[in-house]
Amino acid sequence: MVELALPKNSQITGGKTWPKPEGAKNLREFKVYRWSPDDDANPRVDTYYVDMDDCGPMVLDAIIYIKNKIDPTLTFRRSCREGICGSCAMNIDGTNTLACTKGMDEIDGAVKIYPLPHMPVVKDLVPDLNQFYAQHRSIEPWLQTTSPAPETEWLQSHEDRQKLDGLYECILCACCSTSCPSYWWNGDRYLGPAALLQAYRWLIDSRDEATGERLDDLEDPFRLYRCHTIMNCAQACPKGLNPARAIAEIKKMMVERRV
Amino acid sequence: MSKDAKTRARPISPHLQIYKPIPTMVMSITHRITGGALYFGMLLVAWWLIAAASGPDYFDWVNGIYGSFLGRLILFGFTFALIHHLLGGIKHLFWDMGHGFDKDFATRVARMQPIASAVLTLAVWIIGYMAR
Repeated sequence: MVELALPKNSQITGGKTWPKPEGAKNLREFKVYRWSPDDDANPRVDTYYVDMDDCGPMVLDAIIYIKNKIDPTLTFRRSCREGICGSCAMNIDGTNTLACTKGMDEIDGAVKIYPLPHMPVVKDLVPDLNQFYAQHRSIEPWLQTTSPAPETEWLQSHEDRQKLDGLYECILCACCSTSCPSYWWNGDRYLGPAALLQAYRWLIDSRDEATGERLDDLEDPFRLYRCHTIMNCAQACPKGLNPARAIAEIKKMMVERRV
Repeated sequence: MSKDAKTRARPISPHLQIYKPIPTMVMSITHRITGGALYFGMLLVAWWLIAAASGPDYFDWVNGIYGSFLGRLILFGFTFALIHHLLGGIKHLFWDMGHGFDKDFATRVARMQPIASAVLTLAVWIIGYMAR
């Protein structure tokens, strides 16, 4: 359902400004979304000041600075700090991306940080991704075959292997799906760009033998066809992948198998 | 952690309120809006055709409304919506064939679309006035 406004319990009210670090000359302002399940307050946006002379260049460095030196209650996910785990996906400066690969020099003015959009918030910058993972599971992201297994590996030509480039690199960070207005309005029935990119990754794999069943599963006004080529997914993907193109290729396969 | 922490309803994180209006998204929204406006425009066309079939007096009366300043302003907006939606439709045709997905290219197209729509709308009206 399209709901342009936030429900009452989700509206942002007020926020606290935390003291500036003492003696710092090179300050940068951060506005960070906060919500805790431990009190009855609505979400708020807190203001922090980070000493840029005492902090690394990436947004994640600044968030860690805030947690270590200003406010230890600030909650977020992070792990690899090099754009391969996908944990620190969040909305920075109005766009979904990974905090660890987003340089602060790419942003003008105060750095605004929110959790991934239109998701249930567990705490602060941590969204509940259960549905997102369930959708990925639903497309059965593994090799399916009916032929007898070969003595060695399932082989593939170099050309066929190249078809997986731009697909296999997905780290399931959820930046794309949660940037998509169609996913915002119909996330319960529309699979979203990340799951569909993975669906295409198996559809186009020369070794997979369940193409027909996979397409049958996607042939649905919502699961696949809620994609209206808004392109937010491709614009957001921190790995430079293009889910919109993958979805268009699935739509083409749907047509091609009918004619 | 307080007792009811697990059961307390989770808020929905902000979405439209905070997302940067990138050109491709804005063009998608305007494609919807102009599509909606075309329903209204088609009613105007239908009314005009009904008036033409109803006789000269009624036709002149309806033409008078359409020819007024406000009428022309609405028709100008209708022309813009029609051309904007048409260009968007052509863009979608290429997308449906699997072309034009490069994000920088799509962004450039999205930036050009409103400009092209405005230029074509003006052209239609200028030609229309010249042909009168």
